[in-house]
Amino acid sequence: MSNTVSPSSSFWKKNQQKLAPWLFLAPGILMFVIYVLVPIVQSIWISFHDWDGLGEKVWIGLGNYVELLDDDTFYVALKNNLIWLVLYLLSIPAGLAVALFLNQTVTGIRLYKSLFFFPFVISQVVVGLMFTWFYAPDFGLFSKLMEWVTGEQIAVLADERYVTYGIIVAGLWPQTAYCMILYLTGLNTINPEQVEAARMDGAKGFRLLWNIILPQLGPATFIAMVVTVIGSLRSFDLVSVMTAGGPYGSSQVLSYFMYEQALSEYGFRMGYGAAIAVVLFLIMMVFISLFIVRMLRQERSA
Amino acid sequence: MTLFKSLRLLALSATLLSTAAFAGEITINSDHSDPVPKKAMEELIADFQKANPDVTVKWNNFDHEGYKSAIRNFLTADAPDVVAWYAGNRMAPFVKAGLFEDVTDVWTANGLDEQLKSSAPSMTIDGKKWGMPYTYYQWGIYYRKDIFAEQGITPPKTWAELLAASEKLKAAGVTPFTIGTKALWPTAGWFDYLDLRVNGYEFHMDLTAGKIPYTDPRVKTVFEKWGELVKADYFIANHAAIDWQDAVPQLVQGKAAMYLMGNFAVATFKDGGLKEEQIGFLQFPEITPGIPVAEEAPTDTFHIPSGAKNKEDAKKFLAYLASPAVQAKMNATLGQLPVNNTTQKPKDVFLDAGFTILSNAHGLAQFYDRDAQAEMAKAGMEGFQEFMVKPDNLDRILERLEKIRARVYK
Repeated sequence: MSNTVSPSSSFWKKNQQKLAPWLFLAPGILMFVIYVLVPIVQSIWISFHDWDGLGEKVWIGLGNYVELLDDDTFYVALKNNLIWLVLYLLSIPAGLAVALFLNQTVTGIRLYKSLFFFPFVISQVVVGLMFTWFYAPDFGLFSKLMEWVTGEQIAVLADERYVTYGIIVAGLWPQTAYCMILYLTGLNTINPEQVEAARMDGAKGFRLLWNIILPQLGPATFIAMVVTVIGSLRSFDLVSVMTAGGPYGSSQVLSYFMYEQALSEYGFRMGYGAAIAVVLFLIMMVFISLFIVRMLRQERSA
Repeated sequence: MTLFKSLRLLALSATLLSTAAFAGEITINSDHSDPVPKKAMEELIADFQKANPDVTVKWNNFDHEGYKSAIRNFLTADAPDVVAWYAGNRMAPFVKAGLFEDVTDVWTANGLDEQLKSSAPSMTIDGKKWGMPYTYYQWGIYYRKDIFAEQGITPPKTWAELLAASEKLKAAGVTPFTIGTKALWPTAGWFDYLDLRVNGYEFHMDLTAGKIPYTDPRVKTVFEKWGELVKADYFIANHAAIDWQDAVPQLVQGKAAMYLMGNFAVATFKDGGLKEEQIGFLQFPEITPGIPVAEEAPTDTFHIPSGAKNKEDAKKFLAYLASPAVQAKMNATLGQLPVNNTTQKPKDVFLDAGFTILSNAHGLAQFYDRDAQAEMAKAGMEGFQEFMVKPDNLDRILERLEKIRARVYK
């Protein structure tokens, strides 16, 4: 009489503790597998083929990667990505500076804050267009200004020496706003007692900032760092809108190079594009792993 | 590829569920999204339906840029009955992948080999015709008649005369040529014409078909001629920062006197404030004496996908599209030239000039980015742009192009 419970239900009872978390995770895991893991594996798989997206895939092993290593454009893109990475980090101190400046109580501060945050709200494409006009020879504000100062026009977006820097400046504008908002929320959580204590001990100005405020902003800095590094590596919209990689490919970055090879009018080399994507993915993985390791370590020590 | 398989399955289930595929209906996909082409298309479809009351036409109009990638999807997944595309090497990938239907029978049945003679070579791959051309337009040098008159310049007919005219203009403070190379393709107009005039049509076609190395001395001669203009600063400064429309004001304001462009630019000149009597058109001057004169005439076409459901009526549509009266009416709206050589001459001055030039041409090039393979075209035009900014890099540019040619056309 006592053993009439069906075996499946007893299995459930026995393992409920173990199974429940997986059941709750299942929807998320499913999404992650379908939209993240499978495409990654597919990309890597495609990168070993010569494929135009229409015909048969031809297995060429590491052929795409060998070609990539011999491609001048790849090195231009890699170098530009490095410049992006380094200069884009400027948005962190810039964001901090703006946040400190705005972290006060005056009438209308909410309005000022939203005005400073504005560039992050508008689309990157719009930012790109605005800066294109800003730099435009003959009628752009910047060109006019340069002409007035130096007597000579500089067509930033047509000059291979300045073009990447010109685009990065455009990118820094919204990115600074993003870092600013991160720091503004961070500043809200600062312990006022510590600040007061430090002031009593005579700390002020830069020393107060460096020794008391910044350590408390650690989490904000961490997040700002992560989004900025990743953001710099996937810089695509601005390059696409402002120069399309030009003049003659000198403002190329990996993400745009990938798009151009795989998906643009002059490309449709899916295999080659996938190979570029894999390289970009590996570079990102270096940074992502660093961040994850750091995060895990913090969690463990906490 | 599993993605495409599932797309195909999706398409299949869609056709099973819907009733779209009954006889007497054709679906046309095209990118006539600008106001004028859209109007021409609407008229064409209305007239076709009047002539063929038993056929219903369903028309999907796409955005111009989006169409270029969309066509790859719908050709493999859910093919319509007629699609708009371009002649020459631009259609080659679809022909080679077996996505376009052979329409040689439509050509022979309607005597089109004779009537569409000028476009026959660019519609032929492996001895078969793969589509129907309906419009093209000429390229050439548009110049300011009033400025030329002011400076006492007669329209140049030879390279030497062109150089002399440029020198005179430059001395008078007018930049001879305006151009905007940000989108790269305007540079290809220059390369094509210089190559056509220096080495001739056959050489140019062989080069764009990848049969001749870019390091060939004859290619270098082309760039040397080009360099004579570039090094003398006969092109406007900072052209790499602007699009072709942004280069028009230079011409309108009289800061520049000539513009090598397609005939579509005339409308923009007029919008900018130039009167018709201020604009002149001249054929690109002769360089190597005695070489048969070829021209640039990009051709727009319609094709039948091999996956079409109603090929019979689609062929009816193509035959209708090829007839002289239809081409005349459509091109009158488009402001372009009919391909059919039995149509009446157009009334517009520039079109009339173009019609005469093109019907006497030894051969018609489709433009570099349609004649050369897509990848080669992109790299080539980047090279042209670099040359126009830094002419001294020529050897490096040509070596790079040769490397790409060797890979693309292996």
